[in-house]
Amino acid sequence: MSALNDKDTIAQRVAQEMKDGYIVNLGIGLPTLVSNFVPEGVEIILQAENGLLGMGTLCAPGEQDPDVINAGNQFVHYNKGACFFDSAMSFSMIRGGHVNMTVLGALQVDEEGNIASHMVPGKMVPGMGGAMDLVAGARRVIVAMLHTAKGGPKILKRCTLPLTAQGKVNLIVTEKAVIEVTPFGLLLKEIMPGSSLEDVVSSTEAELFLAEDLKQLAELQP
Amino acid sequence: MSKIISIEQAIDLIPDGATVMINGFMAVKTPETLIDGLVERGVGNLTIISNDASVPGLGVGKLLTAGLIKKMVASHIGLNPETATRMHDGSLEVELIPQGTLAERIRCGGAGLGGVLTPTGLGTSVEEGKQKIVVDGQEYLLEEPLRAQVALIRGSVVDTMGNVYYRGTTKNFSLVMAMAADTVIVEAETLVEPGELDPDLVMTPCLFVDHIVVAEGAQ
Repeated sequence: MSALNDKDTIAQRVAQEMKDGYIVNLGIGLPTLVSNFVPEGVEIILQAENGLLGMGTLCAPGEQDPDVINAGNQFVHYNKGACFFDSAMSFSMIRGGHVNMTVLGALQVDEEGNIASHMVPGKMVPGMGGAMDLVAGARRVIVAMLHTAKGGPKILKRCTLPLTAQGKVNLIVTEKAVIEVTPFGLLLKEIMPGSSLEDVVSSTEAELFLAEDLKQLAELQP
Repeated sequence: MSKIISIEQAIDLIPDGATVMINGFMAVKTPETLIDGLVERGVGNLTIISNDASVPGLGVGKLLTAGLIKKMVASHIGLNPETATRMHDGSLEVELIPQGTLAERIRCGGAGLGGVLTPTGLGTSVEEGKQKIVVDGQEYLLEEPLRAQVALIRGSVVDTMGNVYYRGTTKNFSLVMAMAADTVIVEAETLVEPGELDPDLVMTPCLFVDHIVVAEGAQ
């Protein structure tokens, strides 16, 4: 068996954070891969902020229902027991703390759990969509992202890009490390397969504290 | 008095420079027939309040391409590259609002409320110029109501009294927008007689709806 690529490695590790019965909102891109790796015996219910609880897989061509999309404008299936609702209800679920976990990508994360994920001034201004509400309201916020961008660190002492939320990130999962955000700073808990402590430290700008039970993970199998 | 009007009569109700709410999420079920009517008539200088800028060639995207939008109030514009182009050349003003806040501000506008307190946007640029209010030790931003002159909404099944049912994920902003405009025009995908739509399935009660047009290709 060949090793997983970086994005799948991240998605598989994030999936280990899921607990049976969790209501989860997955962001667009890498986070959507998480649903491929949910462990056996764990059932999660996916929420899409455009108004669907019980979201299924993406539709193959010809299977589309023109009235059913996800928040990324893709046609999706819906599972048995699913329900539809409007945006006010959807964000009541999100802001009201009824969603157990949100997984999203980020441009930058910092030592205080601040996250910048929605814009690069002058370059990329797509709008925050539902990200600000999700990060402000979900009970647990996991950032799933590649550790660096173009060789530069994304886990910083202080975010330099406009913030999407202040102090809301709980856990950062990259292809190199699993890092918990604590009131005292960033706690390095796991080193991912193929990486090393030196590698993690040298590709991170933020100060990292080492967990007492710091683990080096073995190669994950697809 | 019948609420059913022609597309031409509907477009007559939307003046140049109007503030218009349009339902829909990305490319799913915006009121395309009414939007085509606006493009054909060339009603311009519009302020559009919508979740997003759709994609080129669909929904709000058609108004953008036709150069009819002066200002866009939305949560997301990233799937329509034309928005960025027009923002940069100065022909389009954009105000971005978090999606949940947008929904609540519109709901307030229609529900007779003076605003909503939300934690969303605290510590970000969204809080600039806004009042902060502490309730029970938790800080919130005061977000004010949002209203429009006209709301354009697409309904899956509409009865001739104006009761509306929206199928699947087409509900999104329709329910709140139908409450928050001076004139509400619903485009019916399927038009039925009163009694044919189960009262338990009505999502927008008829009193919110002023006019009904029949969507192109409707039954």
